[in-house]
Amino acid sequence: MGLLDKEFNNSNVVITSLDNLLNWARLSSLWGMQFGLACCAIEMMATGASHYDLDRFGIFFRATPRQSDVMIVAGTVTLKMASRIKRLYDQMSEPRYVISMGSCSNCGGPYWEHGYHVLKGVDRVIPVDVYVPGCPPRPEALIEGLMKLQEKIRQQSLVKKTA
Amino acid sequence: MTPQQISEKLKSQFSDNILDVKIDGVLDPFVKIAASHIKEVAIFLREDADLQFDYLMCLSGVDYGKNVLGVVYHLASMQHRHKITVKVEIPADNPEVPSVSSIWPTANWHEREAYDMIGIKFIGHPDLRRMLLPEDWDGHPLRKDYKVPEFYQGMKVPY
Repeated sequence: MGLLDKEFNNSNVVITSLDNLLNWARLSSLWGMQFGLACCAIEMMATGASHYDLDRFGIFFRATPRQSDVMIVAGTVTLKMASRIKRLYDQMSEPRYVISMGSCSNCGGPYWEHGYHVLKGVDRVIPVDVYVPGCPPRPEALIEGLMKLQEKIRQQSLVKKTA
Repeated sequence: MTPQQISEKLKSQFSDNILDVKIDGVLDPFVKIAASHIKEVAIFLREDADLQFDYLMCLSGVDYGKNVLGVVYHLASMQHRHKITVKVEIPADNPEVPSVSSIWPTANWHEREAYDMIGIKFIGHPDLRRMLLPEDWDGHPLRKDYKVPEFYQGMKVPY
């Protein structure tokens, strides 16, 4: 993010590539789709609240998929909820990202063997960009996951054709 | 009243349908009654002036294995400050118990949950649908002989 703000101090003209500008804008305002499903949601709320303060990264939680860039799946995904997650993901506009937060949504967590009602990993219904391990992950871990997602966005190109 | 007195009062009223009484050596003293008569016993427990069981604390479905299912009613009286547990047992191939939801409205959702998880059919229940699982779910998962399905709506279920 140090790319542009130093330039503003020195002159009124900024020269950068369009990719850099667009990516900087996108990764600096990752609006999150709130998808708290279990105890991970408490840690996600703590991350959003004043102590860890996701607002400083430009991350706000939105209550609708149509205004969201990243869906943070925080908690146990039951088979009953899986079809709803899929539908909400489909309603998000591209480019869209998914962070799977916690062991349950990564792989089923403690329900992996006897959880007849639990989807063993949210990546069985939607593609996941970043997996955050933990049960539940601390707010620092979720912020680390969001930083990883920002790194990923920084490498992408909306203009260049990818292979 | 003590559990002893409560069970004796029930015995004097429904002698043939009281199958078992256990008071010592158990955490909750219980009376086991014939499933077909649960409704009459429930009305008596609630309406009798000495008993006044106005509070159904919990209603549970149980799979005892060996083809036997059960329903357990935990009752309390706000008026008399006493408690009793009532049990019924039913065969797993014909799991039918009269509903007590008209006597204690608490039983409405509890019976739906017992139906959802164990598959006990409560005769006379006003709205016996699944409580927790999706409506198109197959089987009753807390049965001992339940097999986890391979797929649900195209999603793989086992790890």
